Amino acid sequence: MFTTFVAHRLITYNKLQYNLQTHYFDHIMAEKEMKQTIDQVIVRFSGDSGDGMQLAGNIFSTISATVGNDICTFPDYPADIRAPQGVLTGVSGFQVHIGADKVYTPGDKCDVLVAMNPAALKTQYKYCKPTSAIIIDTDSFTAKDLEKAEYKTDDPIKELGITCEVVPSPITSMCIETLKDSGMDNKSMVRCKNMLALGLVCWLFDRDLSLAEGMLRAKFAKKPEIAEANIKVLRAGYDMGHNTHASISHTYSINSKPKAKGKYMDINGNKATAYGLMAAAEKAGMTLFLGSYPITPATDILHELAKHKSMGVITMQAEDEIAGCASAVGAAYAGALACTSTSGPGICLKSEAINLAVITELPLVIIDVQRGGPSTGLPTKSEQTDLLQALFGRNGESPIPVIAATSPTDCFESAYLAAKIAVEHMTPVILLSDAFIANGSASWKLPDLNDYPEIKPNYVTPDMVEGWTPYKRNPETLVRYWAVPGTPGFTHRIGGLEKSNETGAISNSPENHHLMVEQRQEKVERIANTLPPLKVEGDEDADLLIVGFGGTYGHLREAMLQMRAEGKKVAHAHFNVINPLPRGTQETLARYSKVVVAEQNMGQFAGYLRMKTNGINIRQYNEVKGQPFNIATLVDSFTKIMEE
Amino acid sequence: MSEYKAQDFKFGQPRWCPGCGDHAFLGALHKAMSEIGVAPHQTAVISGIGCSSRLPYYMNTYGFHTIHGRAAAIATGAKVANPDLTVWQISGDGDGLAIGGNHFIHAVRRNIDLNMILLNNRIYGLTKGQYSPTSVRGFVSKSSPYGTVEDPFRPAELCFGARGNFFARCVATDMNAAVECLKAAAQHKGASVTEVLQNCVIFNNGTHESVYTKEGRMKNAIYLEHGKPMLFGPEKEYGLAQEGFGLKVVKLGENGVSEKEILVHDAHCSDPTLHLKLALMEGPDFPVALGIIRDVEAPTYNDSVHAQVEEIKGKKNYHNFAELLETNETWEIK
Repeated sequence: MFTTFVAHRLITYNKLQYNLQTHYFDHIMAEKEMKQTIDQVIVRFSGDSGDGMQLAGNIFSTISATVGNDICTFPDYPADIRAPQGVLTGVSGFQVHIGADKVYTPGDKCDVLVAMNPAALKTQYKYCKPTSAIIIDTDSFTAKDLEKAEYKTDDPIKELGITCEVVPSPITSMCIETLKDSGMDNKSMVRCKNMLALGLVCWLFDRDLSLAEGMLRAKFAKKPEIAEANIKVLRAGYDMGHNTHASISHTYSINSKPKAKGKYMDINGNKATAYGLMAAAEKAGMTLFLGSYPITPATDILHELAKHKSMGVITMQAEDEIAGCASAVGAAYAGALACTSTSGPGICLKSEAINLAVITELPLVIIDVQRGGPSTGLPTKSEQTDLLQALFGRNGESPIPVIAATSPTDCFESAYLAAKIAVEHMTPVILLSDAFIANGSASWKLPDLNDYPEIKPNYVTPDMVEGWTPYKRNPETLVRYWAVPGTPGFTHRIGGLEKSNETGAISNSPENHHLMVEQRQEKVERIANTLPPLKVEGDEDADLLIVGFGGTYGHLREAMLQMRAEGKKVAHAHFNVINPLPRGTQETLARYSKVVVAEQNMGQFAGYLRMKTNGINIRQYNEVKGQPFNIATLVDSFTKIMEE
Repeated sequence: MSEYKAQDFKFGQPRWCPGCGDHAFLGALHKAMSEIGVAPHQTAVISGIGCSSRLPYYMNTYGFHTIHGRAAAIATGAKVANPDLTVWQISGDGDGLAIGGNHFIHAVRRNIDLNMILLNNRIYGLTKGQYSPTSVRGFVSKSSPYGTVEDPFRPAELCFGARGNFFARCVATDMNAAVECLKAAAQHKGASVTEVLQNCVIFNNGTHESVYTKEGRMKNAIYLEHGKPMLFGPEKEYGLAQEGFGLKVVKLGENGVSEKEILVHDAHCSDPTLHLKLALMEGPDFPVALGIIRDVEAPTYNDSVHAQVEEIKGKKNYHNFAELLETNETWEIK
């Protein structure tokens, strides 16, 4: 019965999709089996935060990527480490969008929802559409479970008004049945139930279990008996799907389109950021130093870099956010490629030390993985609300290059660029990431560092000894030359007091201060000369230009593509570098009759663009929910703007 | 013998008030550095904010005048990133123990190889006279016109509470003793804290009066030397002896007291209990302890960080970015 339900629902779904979005799929009739080939699907795993949904989702994504699909994932986990079991606040979700072609977002709503308990069903149902299929674990729908999830009746389906197909499935009891002879205790057996759900989903989408098994063996390398128990349950889940059908079988094979040749891996934004910094340090021939203090959702950057001591990386878990940044400033002073990683609340504390790097013109990379604010706010959720803090949140005139990574894999490129700008232009650089791209993952073609531009620190050379002073600048870039302590002949003093132009002596002169303010500003502005101009995707003669920055790239691009598919003329300009603005920003924005800036804050980038451009009527789309944009909502809103 | 003279470390014209203890200390530091023998370009002097934190501007070394309270954290990053540098960290009592208290205790706890100098004049001078975390209870200042109602930190106590392995104390104007403390601090591997008792002629004149002159020190201070009996007084007629869990001052020859009863200083004893007792002594009942009170070897943070890097380099089979990529689960599109 189960398979019939799911298969039926999925056919319905795909037909609807086909009609609506001109997505195509083929029916491939095998001799006795019907296997349908589809172009994309969105699956959401949800359960108690202890149910292992992130692991199940991760494995499913990775094996899909391994067979050549493109993936984009979104882990949606609660702030509590482990809320009481079964309650609404403890639900952990993991959504993956799998496509034949490049996918840019985890998608709005899912095609298949796995809900391991009533709390998951209640909180996650909003991610379903009428055509979705919901797989529930019937064993976790007892009266007690319903009470914990605050249901008022004993019929959760009716109570929630669920209209899409629900596939009841005895996940926990099947799991226990599978492991009954294993000698494991009940609690340990139940802990494997996520693999039963995964097995079921793997069957549904015709995924090769051997890949998942390999991943489990690697994950539990030190506990092979746990690995084997998980694999047994995984297979049982797959077989449950396979065996419970009688004569017909509709499983789905997801197309994969030819991709660039080479090796690929799955990577999330935080890991990609760490990799970008390591790549830049190697290219620059510098020691990588990270001073950091644990903070959600940035801590994984510290975790990642702490692992790679064999590459000479030095990480220091400081006593506080301030010392995380201050130690990095000290490391930069002493000649390292120095970085500090944090989230918004940490930036508040680091701003003083960042400013020291501004006035002393030392290279420093500050990574802000943005989360919901203000104050402690929504630690595990994503926003773009730190933009103005990054640009202006320091005392005095304090210009800093600001870069915003646009996707999980772009975190690599952006971190590399941030490091390159920092050491070549002797300036702190703020790299904005956000919880969404930091935790989201995508398949990534392994880069070859030979393809990346050189990074040349602006060191003094021995021939400069005569008459050298610490604030002599390269006349073209206005970058001062870097004499790293330990270099003979260049002893000098720098500090947070205003410096005399060129000589670096303490100066209170009004004219000198104005000159130094201008030079620091001009130095940052000239960085634009080394960067590509603003790019626009979509229609040349668009009636609407959608503008965004950072982690919303995929959603805005998707919205633009959908609108174009409806015959509208739309374009999309996305900013990766925010300060200095790319060349051509004014001219590009002025070309379009309507410009809308869409961002996950109350209009920070829109306001900044108004300040930096002339005569452009900038409309706004703002949403601050801690959640990724919803493409359908974007399309609706942009369409309304076009119709105004 | 060092190839350097004090002159090699001098730079510029100090701008502290005439009579400020910082002048005398700066002279002692120049002299100590010339005797230590580390080249000026291998020396970094890193300070926070305050009168004494202007000191790097008067050093012909690499100097970094940073931000209020953060000198210890910044110096930590510099030393870890570039362990070949000899790093001096200069802070006053406000910079080091108030706004920078957290960085102070953690630098000491980590045992990073910094020469941490705490210039203690028990006052905020640069902001023109507010009480500091080392001002005595009841101290009247612009921000405490009716006297403070809080107890001060005792720097040694904070240092030992953070598991400090080196603590020395000197008087800014006591050149030879200060030079000896600074040399010992530099030779000590790990975080060394040297408390410099220093006068502020403008806002807190006479704060260390009892020990600020040679005569005063003769009567009211004891110079501790490792391996030597703890004797003091103009004729070395007084000594320190143990009494129960505490210390007592005894006079040689009085009540049958002989030198046998006098404690012999052991700066290298790993148990800090007696070091703390010595460091906390104050008048009028006890002499103020000067010299190297504690000097114990322990693994340093910077050495351990780099040793771990070397160890892991030997254990792991990837050492560059291309090799790092290969440690991941990958798949190939052909």
